[in-house]
Amino acid sequence: MPLYKLQINGQTHEVDVDADTPLLWVLRDNLNLVGTKYGCGVAQCGACTVHFNGSATRSCVLPVSAIGNSKITTIEGLSVNGDHPLQQAWDEVDVAQCGYCQAGQIMSAAALLQQKPKPTMEEIDRTMQGNICRCGAYHRIREAIKLASTKA
Amino acid sequence: MSTVNKSRRAFLRTSLLTTGGLMLGVNWLSAEAAPAIIGNASGAASGLGFNSFLSIATDGTITIFSPNPELGQNILTSFPMIVAEELDADWKKVKVVQAALDTKAFDRQVTGGSGAVPHSWKLLRNAGATARHMLVQAAAQKWGVAVDECTTGEGFVVHSKTGRKLGYGELAEDAAKLPVPKDVPLKDRKDFKLIGKAVKNVANKDITTGKPLFGLDFHRDGMVLAMLQRPPAFGTKIKSVDDAAAKAVPGITHVVRFGNNVAVVGKSTWAIIKARRLLNVAYEKDGALESSEDHDRLFKTLLDSDKATVRRKDGDVATAFSTAAKVVRAEYQCPFIAHSPMEPMNFFAHVREDGVELVGPTQTPGAARTAVSKLLNVPEEKITVEMTRLGGGFGRRLKTDYVTEAAELSSIIKAPVKLIWSREDDMTGGSYRPAVRYRFEAALDASGNMIGYKLRGVGINSGNPTREDNFPSGAVPHLLIDSVEHASPITTGAWRAPITNFLAFAEQSFLDEVAQAAKKDPIVFRLELLEKAKTAPVGAIKYDIDRMIGVTKLVAEKSAWGTKKGVGQGFSVYFSHRSYVAQVADVVMQNGKPVVKKIYAASDCGQVVNLSGARQQVMGGIVDGLGHAMYSKLTFKDGAPQENNFGSYRLIRMTEIPEIETYFVDNGIDPTGLGEPALPPTGGAVGNAIFKASGQRLRSQPFVDDAIFNGKPAGVNKTARPA
Ligand code: FES
Ligand code: FES
Repeated sequence: MPLYKLQINGQTHEVDVDADTPLLWVLRDNLNLVGTKYGCGVAQCGACTVHFNGSATRSCVLPVSAIGNSKITTIEGLSVNGDHPLQQAWDEVDVAQCGYCQAGQIMSAAALLQQKPKPTMEEIDRTMQGNICRCGAYHRIREAIKLASTKA
Repeated sequence: MSTVNKSRRAFLRTSLLTTGGLMLGVNWLSAEAAPAIIGNASGAASGLGFNSFLSIATDGTITIFSPNPELGQNILTSFPMIVAEELDADWKKVKVVQAALDTKAFDRQVTGGSGAVPHSWKLLRNAGATARHMLVQAAAQKWGVAVDECTTGEGFVVHSKTGRKLGYGELAEDAAKLPVPKDVPLKDRKDFKLIGKAVKNVANKDITTGKPLFGLDFHRDGMVLAMLQRPPAFGTKIKSVDDAAAKAVPGITHVVRFGNNVAVVGKSTWAIIKARRLLNVAYEKDGALESSEDHDRLFKTLLDSDKATVRRKDGDVATAFSTAAKVVRAEYQCPFIAHSPMEPMNFFAHVREDGVELVGPTQTPGAARTAVSKLLNVPEEKITVEMTRLGGGFGRRLKTDYVTEAAELSSIIKAPVKLIWSREDDMTGGSYRPAVRYRFEAALDASGNMIGYKLRGVGINSGNPTREDNFPSGAVPHLLIDSVEHASPITTGAWRAPITNFLAFAEQSFLDEVAQAAKKDPIVFRLELLEKAKTAPVGAIKYDIDRMIGVTKLVAEKSAWGTKKGVGQGFSVYFSHRSYVAQVADVVMQNGKPVVKKIYAASDCGQVVNLSGARQQVMGGIVDGLGHAMYSKLTFKDGAPQENNFGSYRLIRMTEIPEIETYFVDNGIDPTGLGEPALPPTGGAVGNAIFKASGQRLRSQPFVDDAIFNGKPAGVNKTARPA
């Protein structure tokens, strides 16, 4: 198996895995970064969202061999103390129900705010429609993104 | 605020050694008689035989154990809130611990049936109040003052006459030596400081930073991972297995067959997924291979069957219908749906010589242990169950199949194993909300009174598909409710608000049809029926008429019922579990299609414990109810599910949610539960609003299959109204 040097959350990690291994499973099985969730494995639910050079990317369909020197950020690396404006807004609005989808939701929203610090409701909806929340916490997810965008 | 997840006993051991202080056990089974006991550093064993525990450390930290599984209903926050309220604790100093399964300490460690808070309300309050009383006594003794001169607040006992004040931590050791009082008075609800307020989820920080909270995140050194290849169609079994190619995949440690499963075991998920694709398993027929079209045909036969089970019979329906001025008939049908919790099924099992360790997401840890005990013939005392946070449940995790699979596999390969279901496994693995069809008939007299009512429910592995004692039973003089059930290899199970998740839509839509035939406003029509149930009840009435009227009137007022221009409004009210929820949906037509703009919900769940969590349950329930009514269906071809992931099986997304307004009736009743009751009314409110806005009556789900949404002619599930 080939050896890959991955830039994740500002650190270099070496992993020895098959070239077609999705980043999701490298994170979860090899690097013990389990904040990134498995929900569907086919880019339909957004639970596995990470940042790939700053863009929201579904790690379940991103083969490790396609990463190269690109910078990967996971929920664990979004902020040092868990106090990214979105993480704070998520607490303030009390978004989570079961919580399983929320890391993916936050990562999708964080990439949006990076590109568009003051998104409209339509822009929020359009971006976030790739992330399923089976518990139906959509109203508060939307509200928390709005809140974070007014603070950032 | 922090949360921990470990076994209660391990916690007690460490906390007693390090912190000392007050440990209070409350007899969970008989709160009234509450022979609570006190332990301190030397009395750890005295906890045995007692149930819930809260502990107060000498530094003032209060630890509260939450015994029931957390799946998003926010119980890990609301249970401790109830204890902290009566204790007058400083909420900032409360630590919450998810307790493991411990049937000696707790009862009903179940999340299901919207029952946790109603069941434990008094017990939790007693736990807090008893401890508070002892702390006050300890302070009064120290100061040499009367107990009733002391007050409490934010973790302190205060003697206001002299301005003296002692923290609970400082008093814990003295309080621990006092006898435990019985029948301690509880707070008057007007004095509640926490209960009824919006309190944030105690796990927020862990959730937003990606901490390993869930079953799939669980790791144990030396464990292997596994997935099972199950039969692709209900009604088939394994004929032969060729696993040579799968075994050859690097990283695969075992491929073993047990029952109708082929387990692929290895060190990494990806190796397992790849090896599974190389499995060559042949299957053969083992039962009926049913398709959705077969079910559609079958329903028609069953609706005319003369072998129905009578569920309720009042008066004489035959005469009522033969003398009716008008008869209204309609049929309603729903498909199978999957639970699809965001976290697929999984469980960790380690079967050792001396016992079994189980860790993972379950709604019923006790049933899981019993099932494993039976399967492996190991006594229950030798099996431990720890609950992780559940990434959703919706009833799926009331089943123990995935737990016994993990245990059986561990016993075969003699290794600790975490069994993982892929999304496809989860969606095609059974235990669905059953497909059901209803036929309703109503007889009206010349003045539009409903004098006769008939309901037949037919379902596939549905159990009783009716709720025969629900409204309008009791309000109609002549009534017959019966059912016919078909046994199928397709497995079914409880799905959030079992049966009522669709029955409520069907019934509330039909009542609208009857109101229309009677030329009455839908709300007025129902209120008249409720009035009849009150003044001239027919047979047993098993719902609370006043609570139903209460939510009906509240939602009518809040939604400005009947006064809006250019908006189709639909109403629905439903009693499920122990609570009452009424909803009004606002629908407008855009480009010829109905769009749900807003839903108003009035809920009577008794005392709201956590307003933030309660709102979430209502909003989440409505989104869930709307989403499945609108979009979701699982169909079958020769026993095989045709949808297997979120590409083919549609769930509601952010762009598809209406605005929601939530209201609660404040009537001083003890909590009656809210995990499910907000879901059932939604489909009916929306269906009725769509009718109002478009003139089209929707009688089958999912709604998107209807011509009004997709422009195509109605499918086989459609029914014309024969009357
Ligand atoms: S797990 Fe990647 S999108 Fe669902
Ligand atoms: S909070 Fe449960 S899936 Fe989103």
